Order: sequence, then C-alpha cells, then structure tokens
Amino acid sequence: MFSGIFTGKKNVAIGFYGPPNAGKTTLANRICKDWTGEEIGKVSKIPHETRNVQFREKVEITYKNKSMIFKLVDTPGIATKIDYEEFMRFKLGKKEAQERAKEATQGVIESIKWLEDMDAVVVVVDAVENPYSQVNVTIIGNLAARKIPVLIIANKIDLKKADVKRVEAAFPEYAVVGISAKIGKNMEEFYESLFKLAKKV
Amino acid sequence: MKTINKLTLQFIPFTDIEKLDSSGRIKKLLDIILKNKIIILQGKLKADEEARLIEDTMVLVRHIKGFKGVELVVISEDVSELDWFSKFKHGVVRALGQENAITIIGPASVIREIKRDPKKIELFLNK
Repeated sequence: MFSGIFTGKKNVAIGFYGPPNAGKTTLANRICKDWTGEEIGKVSKIPHETRNVQFREKVEITYKNKSMIFKLVDTPGIATKIDYEEFMRFKLGKKEAQERAKEATQGVIESIKWLEDMDAVVVVVDAVENPYSQVNVTIIGNLAARKIPVLIIANKIDLKKADVKRVEAAFPEYAVVGISAKIGKNMEEFYESLFKLAKKV
Repeated sequence: MKTINKLTLQFIPFTDIEKLDSSGRIKKLLDIILKNKIIILQGKLKADEEARLIEDTMVLVRHIKGFKGVELVVISEDVSELDWFSKFKHGVVRALGQENAITIIGPASVIREIKRDPKKIELFLNK
C-alpha cells in the first residue's frame, strides 16, 4: 500500500489558469466533487463567472495505487479586455453587467498576483477556440519564466468543433491532454498527467 | 455622406523604452493607448511585464469610463528553428527584453479582435 504513495513536496499548490469560459471551474468542481464530495464554485455560460480566487486545501487523489495531496487553486479567467456590454448579451441588466465587469477586472488582477504562489499550473483552454491567443501565450510565458511546471488541458472535447491537435501544435513543448470536464471524458489520462505534473515540483 | 475615421499607428523603437524600468515601460505604452492609438513596438516586453501590462490595463478599465482594455499580439521568431549560436544570442537579447519580435497593442475600442494562427495575424477593427 505504501509503495505507491507519492511523497513529494507537501502542500503543493496547483493552480488552474486560463482564459475566461475555458472550463477551469468545471474541471475543479469535478475533481473536488470526486475526491472531497463538495464542489468549489459556480459555473455558467456567462464569461467571468469566477471572479475571486477559490481554493480547496488538502485535496487527496488516489489513482492506480498512487496518492497525492495538494491545494487546488481555481482562478478567475485572464483577459486583456472586459466590456460590460458583452454581459448584457446574456440578458444581464446594465447595472448588474457593470458590477460584474468591475469584479471581473479585480479577478484578473488577483489571478496574476497568485501566479507567484503556485508550485504547478494546469492551463485550461477551450479546444474549440483558437489556442494562439496572446492571453494563452502570456500565461504560459510567465509560467516558463518562473520555471513553474505546466500541464495544458484542451477542454470541451465533447463538442464537435474541438480540435486537440491544434492545441498540441500551438504548444509543442508541453504535455496536452484533451478532456471534457463537463461530461468527465478522458479523466483517466488527466489524472495520470496530473501526477506527472506534481512530480516535477 | 462618407465618414472617414482616422486610425493612428505609432511605431516605437525598442530604444525608446530600453532604459525605462518595467513600470515606466508599461506607463508609456498605456499612455499612448489611452490616446486611442495602436502601438507597433519593436521588440517585446518581458514575460512579467506582459502580465503587469494586463494588471494595469484592468485597473484602467475599472477607473476610466469607456476604456475596455487592450488587444495585444506578439510576433517573434520561432526559437526552436535556430542553430545553437543563434539560440544563445536569442537568449542574451531576450534577457534584455529585446529580440526579433514585434508587439502590437491597441485599445479594444479600436481593435475588436486579433486573430492569430501559425501562418497569419489578422486585426479586426471596430467600425
């Protein structure tokens, strides 16, 4: 039983980073629900649903005779622009949309500040969207500069237009795993890769 | 009646920002962007400066009415295709923040979107 237990740095903090609406919280929820019984945050089709950093301490995952304990940190999506009028397209009133935009800007700032506290990062991108966005490049560039190990998740493979190969081509130096956090597709490969990521810390 | 809108592109050689500290560089760039101009910067910011640019942009979005943020793209050479000496040189100039790269930054009110793929970059402007 003990031979398979992963013993590495204790209190490893693994951050979930990426652009808004990529599925970071959906993935964090799936992990937390599976291993702690409780979700970490709300999800929605409206971008910037997560506007504060949320974390769950001591998430213990046991998979194929291996075990790891880590602090899961779910972050607001990083964006270079926020327009309250975009939120109004989702039927939010003007005041509510403006308040959401204000909170979202603060969320982006918080996300960036928390980068320095991460031991490893899972970058979640939407496999339907263009992976070459500057936000993705900036996030990964920052992590590389800080020598923080990275795992890239190409999420939403349940959707027809998802293209994992395009994500792999955009980031050839990194491990890329295609999953659907929403329906739990390919989570085995995700957990395998998560263990490998934690070992690099 | 035709309306002709003016679009201003401002070219900034890296030497204009080379001697500034990170805060100074970001302030200079954002001051230009707030004048509704698109910047074409020779070179690129360091990784932490790019992140700081995003942070400071968000502060401006909170405090300046009508300012929605920026669109940004960095075009740099593919390091993996360089020989070892070129990679070494690349590493040296990269540490200084300058390398064979171009950075385009513009206010989101002017640039609606920047689409990028391996073969091309497209700037979509707002009407």
